[in-house]
Amino acid sequence: MMGANLLEARNIAKHFGGVKALTDVSLSIRKGEIYGLIGPNGAGKTTFFNVLTGLYHPDGGELIFAGDKLKASAPHLAAKCGIARTFQNIRLFGNMSAMENVMVGRHVRTHAGVIGAVLHDSRTRREEAAIRRRAEELLHYVNIADRADDLARHLSYGDQRRLEIARALATDPKLLALDEPAAGMNGTETEGLRTLIEGIRSDGITVLLIEHDVKLVMGLCDRVAVLDYGEKICEDVPSVVQKDPKVIEAYLGGSLA
Amino acid sequence: MMTLTLESLRHDKRAAIIATALMGLALAAFPFMVGSTLGNSWLRIIDFAMLYIMLALGLNIVVGFAGLLDMGYIAFYAVGAYLYALLASPHFGLHLPIWLIIPAGAALAGLFGALLGAPTLRLRGDYLAIVTLGFGEIVRIFMNNLNSPVNITNGPQGISGIDPIQMGGITLAKPLSVLGFTVPSLHAYYYLFLALALFIVFVTIRLENSRIGRAWVAIREDEVAAKACGINTRNIKLLAFTMGASFGGVAGGLFAGFQGFVSPESFNLMESVMVLCMVVLGGMGNIPGVILGGVLLTILPEIFRHGAGPVQTAIFGKILLDPEALRMLLFGLALIVVMLYRPAGIWPSTTRRREFRGESSDVLKEGE
Repeated sequence: MMGANLLEARNIAKHFGGVKALTDVSLSIRKGEIYGLIGPNGAGKTTFFNVLTGLYHPDGGELIFAGDKLKASAPHLAAKCGIARTFQNIRLFGNMSAMENVMVGRHVRTHAGVIGAVLHDSRTRREEAAIRRRAEELLHYVNIADRADDLARHLSYGDQRRLEIARALATDPKLLALDEPAAGMNGTETEGLRTLIEGIRSDGITVLLIEHDVKLVMGLCDRVAVLDYGEKICEDVPSVVQKDPKVIEAYLGGSLA
Repeated sequence: MMTLTLESLRHDKRAAIIATALMGLALAAFPFMVGSTLGNSWLRIIDFAMLYIMLALGLNIVVGFAGLLDMGYIAFYAVGAYLYALLASPHFGLHLPIWLIIPAGAALAGLFGALLGAPTLRLRGDYLAIVTLGFGEIVRIFMNNLNSPVNITNGPQGISGIDPIQMGGITLAKPLSVLGFTVPSLHAYYYLFLALALFIVFVTIRLENSRIGRAWVAIREDEVAAKACGINTRNIKLLAFTMGASFGGVAGGLFAGFQGFVSPESFNLMESVMVLCMVVLGGMGNIPGVILGGVLLTILPEIFRHGAGPVQTAIFGKILLDPEALRMLLFGLALIVVMLYRPAGIWPSTTRRREFRGESSDVLKEGE
C-alpha cells in the first residue's frame, strides 16, 4: 500500500497581516499512511489544514495531490479532488438528520440537477437510491446507524464526531483530514476513534491527523510532523520524533532544559 | 393528529387515492360554494390567495430552504407582471399568447433573480436583507420612472387595458360554457391559478427531496461545512434565487392578466414584507405551512376589513374606528400573537418544531 506520495506540500507560506502563520512548510504524505501533524497551540496546524482544503489561499508554495498540482482555490474543488475534512469545532448540519448529513456528503459524486429532480426519471431515482444506500452503509461503518433519523444536533458529542467522519467519507476521499477528532473525548471514546481511524486506513484511505492527544498520535501514526511557530521542525516516525530535542524544546520551553 | 393521518395515508394506497379524490372534488366545488354564499368579492380574494401561495412558495425556496433573507421578493412579481403587460396590451400594440408570455416571465424573473443573487453571494442575514430590500425598491422605482425619454412602463399611471388571459381562443374574461355548465370568469381564473399553484407545489416538493434541496438546506445550516462537502455554494445559491424568482414571475404574469392593470404601487415594500410574513408565519421551509400562511394572510386582512365595521355597529351602535385603519392594527396584533405562541410558525416542519422545542426530546433519550 505505502509508497508513492499522495500529497506533497512545497514551501507553503501563509501570513495574516504581519503574523506569519506558516513559513516554508514542506511535507509529504505517502499513500496509505496515517500522518500526524502536531505542535503547540498556535503552531499553524489548522492554518495548514485550511490551506490544504482550499479555505485559505497560500501566499507561497504549491501543493501536489495525487500527481497533479492542486489549484484548490475553493473548498468544493478540494473535495472534488478527493480531500475530505472534519472541523476542530464540529460543523454538522444541525437541523438535518444524521442520515441527511451523510447524504449531503454524496453531493460531490452525484449529478442530478433541477430537471432531474423535478422529472424524477429513472436515472435520478437510481442515483437517489444509491445515495441513500451509501449513507446507510457509512452510518453503519461509524457505528451510529441507530441514530440515523435523529437530528445531528441531538447526537452525543462522540457521535457527532463520528457523524462528521461519515459525512467526510461520503465524498469518496483519497485523503481524509481530521482536525483534532479526539478533542473533548473520554478514554473509551478515544479508543473507539482509534479503531475507526485504523479501519479507514486499512480500507485504503490516507489519513492526515491533527491532534493534541500525544498518546493517540504516537500510537496511531506512521509518521509525524511537528510544527512550531509556523515552521516544520521535525518529520519522522513517532519514536524518533519523541526524542528529538527540538520537539521537546517546543513543547516544554527551551530555557528550562 | 394531523401528522398521524398524513402518515397513515402514506402507507395505505387506497385511502390516499380516496383522500386525493375528495380533496380534488372539494377544490373543484369550492369557488361555486364561495360564489353563491359570500359573493364575487370573496371569490376574487380567493383567486388572489392562489397567487400569493405561488409567491410564498417561491420565496420559501430562498428563505426557507437556502436560508437567504430576501426582502425584495416582490420585484420578481413585478417583472412577471410588467412583462405580461408590455407583451399583451395596447401599450405597445402587442398581443402575444399566454403560453409564450408566462414562461418568458418566469425566465426573465429568473434572470433577475440571478442578477440579484450574483453580487450578494457573500452576504448573509441582515446585510443580505438590506441589499435585497434595496433591489426591490430599485425595480419599483424603475417601473415608476421608465416613461421618459422613451415611454416603456408608462410611469406611475401604469399600464391598463391588458389582455385578459386567453387559452386556445377562449378568454377567461367572459363566462365560459362547458358541457352545458356556465363557468363564470372568476371561477375560470380560480381553476387556472389552482392548476398552476399545484404545479408549483409539485415542483417544490420534488426539489425539496432531491440532491439540490439537500444542498440548499446544508447551506442554510452551515455554509463552510457545505463547501467542504463539495457543494459549489455559489451556483447552488444562485439556483435558489433563480428558482424562487421564476415562481414569482409566473404569479406576476397571471396577476397582470387577471387584474387587467399594473402600476408600480402594486409592488411596494409592504408587499414583499407580506409575502415574507406568509413564509415565516406559516412555517418556514414546510410546504403545507407556507401554503397555509399564504391563504391566511390573504384572507385575514379582508376579514378584518369587512368585519370591523359591522362588529363595531353591533357593539357600540356606531362606527368608532375606521375599519381600514383598524385592519392593519388587528393584523399586527395577530402577527404578534402567532410569533409569541407559535414561534416556529403555524404549521412548522417536524424538524423546526423540534428545534424550537429545544433539547427536551434529547434529554428524554439520554435518560432512557
